[in-house]
Amino acid sequence: MKRSRSASSSSSARKRLAPLVLLALVVAAGGASAQDARVAEARREGKVVWHTALALDSAQRLATRFEQTYGVKVEAHRSGSERILQRVMQELAAGIKNADVVNTSDTGHYVLLRRKNLLARYTPAGAERFADGFRDPDGYAWGWRAFPIVVPYNTRHVAGADVPHTWKDLLEPKWKNRLVMSHPGYAGSVVTQIIALEKLYGWDFWAQLAKNRVMLVQSIHDPGRTVRTVLSGERAAGVNGADYGLLYTERRRPGTTLAAAYPRDGVPLIFSPTAIMSFAPHPSAARLFTDFIFTREIQQLLADGEGLYVAHPDVTYPPDRPKLSELKVLVVDPDEIDRRTEDVKKRFVELFGA
Amino acid sequence: MRSSVVKSTFDRSVPVWITTAVTLVLLMILPLGWLAWVSVSSEQGTTFANYVQVFGDPHLQKALWNTIVLAFWVGAASLAVGVPMAWLTGRTDLPGKRTIRALIMASFVTPPFLGAFAWVMLAGPNAGLLNKVYRGLTGSDEPLMNIFTMSGLVFVVTLYSFPYVYIMIVNTLELIASDLEEAGAILGASRLRVALTITLPLALPAIISGFILAVLQALALFGSPAILALPAGFHTITTQIWTFFQYPPKVEQAAAFSIPLLLATALLLQLQKRLLGRRGYAGVGGKTGARRPIPLGRWRWAALAGVFAVLACTIVLPYAILAKAAFAKAWAQPLSWDNLTLANFTFTFFEYSATRDAIINTLELGIVTATVGAVMAALLAYVTNRRLVPGHQALGFLAVAPVVIPGVVLAVGLFIAYTRPPLVLYGTLAILFVAYLTKELPVGYAQADTTFKGVHPELEEAGRILGAGRLRVLREITAPLARSGIIATWCFVFIGVIRELSASIILFTPATKVISVVIFDLKEEGQFAAISVLGLFMLAMTFGIVLLMQTALGRDFLGAKD
Repeated sequence: MKRSRSASSSSSARKRLAPLVLLALVVAAGGASAQDARVAEARREGKVVWHTALALDSAQRLATRFEQTYGVKVEAHRSGSERILQRVMQELAAGIKNADVVNTSDTGHYVLLRRKNLLARYTPAGAERFADGFRDPDGYAWGWRAFPIVVPYNTRHVAGADVPHTWKDLLEPKWKNRLVMSHPGYAGSVVTQIIALEKLYGWDFWAQLAKNRVMLVQSIHDPGRTVRTVLSGERAAGVNGADYGLLYTERRRPGTTLAAAYPRDGVPLIFSPTAIMSFAPHPSAARLFTDFIFTREIQQLLADGEGLYVAHPDVTYPPDRPKLSELKVLVVDPDEIDRRTEDVKKRFVELFGA
Repeated sequence: MRSSVVKSTFDRSVPVWITTAVTLVLLMILPLGWLAWVSVSSEQGTTFANYVQVFGDPHLQKALWNTIVLAFWVGAASLAVGVPMAWLTGRTDLPGKRTIRALIMASFVTPPFLGAFAWVMLAGPNAGLLNKVYRGLTGSDEPLMNIFTMSGLVFVVTLYSFPYVYIMIVNTLELIASDLEEAGAILGASRLRVALTITLPLALPAIISGFILAVLQALALFGSPAILALPAGFHTITTQIWTFFQYPPKVEQAAAFSIPLLLATALLLQLQKRLLGRRGYAGVGGKTGARRPIPLGRWRWAALAGVFAVLACTIVLPYAILAKAAFAKAWAQPLSWDNLTLANFTFTFFEYSATRDAIINTLELGIVTATVGAVMAALLAYVTNRRLVPGHQALGFLAVAPVVIPGVVLAVGLFIAYTRPPLVLYGTLAILFVAYLTKELPVGYAQADTTFKGVHPELEEAGRILGAGRLRVLREITAPLARSGIIATWCFVFIGVIRELSASIILFTPATKVISVVIFDLKEEGQFAAISVLGLFMLAMTFGIVLLMQTALGRDFLGAKD
């Protein structure tokens, strides 16, 4: 087998990684020599700059794995979806072209970025078989992962009849000063959630909720503030918890006090696409990385370790995960999110104060 | 080389002063000019629409009002804490003064956002440690205190602002002769009456200017309101300005909203300068005679307990909870062997890739800014003290002028000035360097100024008479004499730089993060353990530098010589 040798010989320091490289290449590559050339090109570029809304710990694990596999450094920047957009656009406005791959949990972002011609068209390997909702007919932004927004609660403070069954249950006065939620100015998934529930109950729902004096934090995600705030007992329950990562792993741990309620009136399902920027300074590394995060191995890792729903059709889900087809999911059209995001954030500030 | 210096009729120092002056103008005028310009510009041309929009918005009016409320109460509370403490340590026979001074100094150098963060863990209404203890003791359902409120914010900001009042007053008390107080006592006035009718009026200008300093602190802070006010659903000016940068950015509105903060700061400082400039107070201005400490009698131990209660809130409790969170698997759970771990350190320093770069960036910026800043401050202080160029007063003014620019406002100005040609610094460490240098120059200048006031000109004149050029005199006579003062300047600037958040938060890019920004990022993630680890790291660095400085100066840097 020539491929492992040529992939690893360029750097003697990487030699001990040869078996890993071989494994990854066997899994990921179609044609061996074409793949060799891609890896070589990516290495020449040196690194890939990755902005992601994936949980910090998970993002870091994934980055390390890519580095070990290909010997290409990943500069991972984890932040909230809205913050990522802000930072990338702010850099761009100053003529700085640093970002390669962007992954946010606000599908509206990709409508905006495409409109501004900031996305490169790229079809990741195996994309034709991606699950429903994860494909992009135009070939720019591919759904990489998805997760439901649920109500996390602390079992020491919420039990029995108090466990909310619908979103509207959270409007009861007994929740006053006991709820926490993430901010739509930071977390993209919250924008989607707000629109989804607004479509169900109108703005009145959010106005009523604001009266319960909800504590505002920034991040929704594992290891999100909302979930951590509930876990620490600072608030009894959360208005929005991304059910993956911390919320998922923690509530499977024996003896945990964290639980999640799936509201019966519908669970917002958040798609988190990934795309390569048109100006990506490391385009080959970006494409290699994109293929890598869509490999079955990595996608299975996201499903098992993080409890995420993913694009790859061959991924198996843990038995305790509800099937997407069994849930009443609320999905909001990306165009609508893009159109309404400004207004949603403005109204939110008016209702919640900050 | 030497002979040319001697023979030269052209004073070679002139270019040095010109360069320094030009740099100053660039640091100040460019960002502020752009700030003012952008605040009145729109796509249609010059306009006041930005101001109308910003000040007509009820939500923004509220942010404005919140800032005023915050600043006023912080000023008042800082007086309530700082004045008695200064009097107790400066004038009475309170035991443990050295320790108290050391702890106040520690509060002074503690980054306020770390304090605010620690207080989230101490007094979060439900999970906060103190509230848990309180509920456990009383069986009450209500928390003892809720830190996510305006009063909580005032409380925490005061803890790290009162040292300004303290320093102001303790230094003034040292200058007030005790014979006036003794005269009062001989005439039969009680200790309290002496304090209220003699000492207090003499110290009044210092008290008011301490109040103003504390108010200025509160006005300019970004970290503490971001940590405590935003979860409670209210904004201050600084957090609001920061929010304007969310996509799509509203830089014009940010600029318009920055102007009142800038004006308020300038106005307050002008007021303070006037107050301190009035030297109509007999007895203040020189040391006369020995001062005897006032005996506290039976109040001694009660006073000591009060002082330590304050210091427990600023130092002991916050540091303890940070340490606990750094070493615990779950910070809200009791500290047991099961709950102990070093994993947080491993994660922060070895797994989280942002940390390493941020530490390197911070150190690089700290060292470069401190070095450039110390040299600049020294040159400026030298030239103004020796009156070397015409217009030296103006130079002195320019050196301290940046003190009126709150960090956030400076950042908005720099952002606008350096994201466009000819000088695109945004996205590089250079823009942070410019920000830090501008922000720290006044502090550095003040320190260097004190230093040169203490170096007598006659030594330099002797050197000049013997034929040495100005630069040679500077190198061989002045520099060695001023060395420890310059080292202190360096340390002051360095400490200021590594804790800077309010300008950094607007000027950083993903590739140029510094430690404070990483801490803020981690805060948004709720990563308490990693924040605590980085916070402790930052404190360790700070105290290392403080020790260095005290060794250089041979005294503690609040001015005590004992």
